[in-house]
Amino acid sequence: MTKRNSSLRAVGSRNPQTATLAVSEAPSELLRELVAHLRQNRTQLREEWVGRISETRLLTAMTKEEIFAEATSVYDSYVEALETETFEALQAYARNLSERIIPRGVETHEVVGIVLLLRDVLARSLFAKYQTDFRKLNRILDAYEPAANRIANTVAVGFVQERERVIRQQQEAIRELSTPVLQVRERLLILPIIGVIDPQRARQLTEQLLRGIRTNRAKVVVIDITGVAAMDVTVANHLVQTVEASRLLGATVIVTGLSPEIAQTLVTIGVDLGKMNTVGDLQGGIEQAERLLGYKVVPS
Amino acid sequence: MEVPILKQGEFLIATIQAALSDADLEHLRMALIQRVVRFRSRAVIVDVTAMDVMDSFASRTLKEIAQMIRLRGAETVIVGIQPEVAFAMVQLGITLETVATALDLEEGLAYLSQKFKNLN
Repeated sequence: MTKRNSSLRAVGSRNPQTATLAVSEAPSELLRELVAHLRQNRTQLREEWVGRISETRLLTAMTKEEIFAEATSVYDSYVEALETETFEALQAYARNLSERIIPRGVETHEVVGIVLLLRDVLARSLFAKYQTDFRKLNRILDAYEPAANRIANTVAVGFVQERERVIRQQQEAIRELSTPVLQVRERLLILPIIGVIDPQRARQLTEQLLRGIRTNRAKVVVIDITGVAAMDVTVANHLVQTVEASRLLGATVIVTGLSPEIAQTLVTIGVDLGKMNTVGDLQGGIEQAERLLGYKVVPS
Repeated sequence: MEVPILKQGEFLIATIQAALSDADLEHLRMALIQRVVRFRSRAVIVDVTAMDVMDSFASRTLKEIAQMIRLRGAETVIVGIQPEVAFAMVQLGITLETVATALDLEEGLAYLSQKFKNLN
């Protein structure tokens, strides 16, 4: 009885011991071993990685030397992030790198691609090193994979965030290029529209125009859309509404500079422009406006 | 609240000074179509500068006033629509197409005198 008991206890006590052994080994211990391995084989692994990058034709916008230089810093930051398990430095580096490479046309899939390549290259080297000790390889991978995934995640998110920041900045810049409402004669306003009109900008334009009509006591407004490349249903309808709202304020609107493409689209999509006063070009529009206002231009 | 209707030469001027109830609007319509013939007026100006909101009933009534006054042999000009109100109206599909509009009372008077000068 007692014998079996003690043997049971012995069996029972062995398990926690191995468990604590495994815990003490993982994950920080394993990571340290891993980092040492990556430091030791730095040159070889880095070269292999760069080789894989050019093989898969990623980062074609950059020269080989540039890729190598960046790869070195990425590799070191990567190992450092694995070692310290803090991602702030890597995040900052990723943001800085994105800032430099986004203007050169590097795409999101390329950045994600090279980080995943590095992850694969390092995983392969781990397989090669621990192929004789399968259990150890497993534990090493247990420690490596979450950290590696987090690094890939951090870099990708950093890149996308930087891109979004750039896009936001550009959108704001475009919005700030506000369209001026200009008075060319007493009671005659011109609204030259250039660029893409999205619903938000269209709304802003309308508000500015209606306010301009009131403050300048305008009777005729020429809206010139020579600089507008395309127009969809929403914007076309908005334009019609702007014309109607201006009439409610007692102003006549003349639209000029409808390009052949826009004319075709508007007729094809069936926007009713019957109520709109259109003239071919800005000059013609201003001349008609002057007639409406009773001006007569005579050469002296 | 009753809307005062002033006689100014050949024109009648109705200035709306506050938000109107539906009953007030109907009263205004009645008063205008009665007086336009009584005073032998050639035109009616409705000044809506003080209206911050124009609901569908109000816009429909304005349109009806204009049509009725035309049947009574005179013309209607609506003046003083606020920019925000104007855009809200066209978004609701209210464009008052058949009615003349002007920026304010002065513009409305100028429009009418111009028009009748041409006619005479």
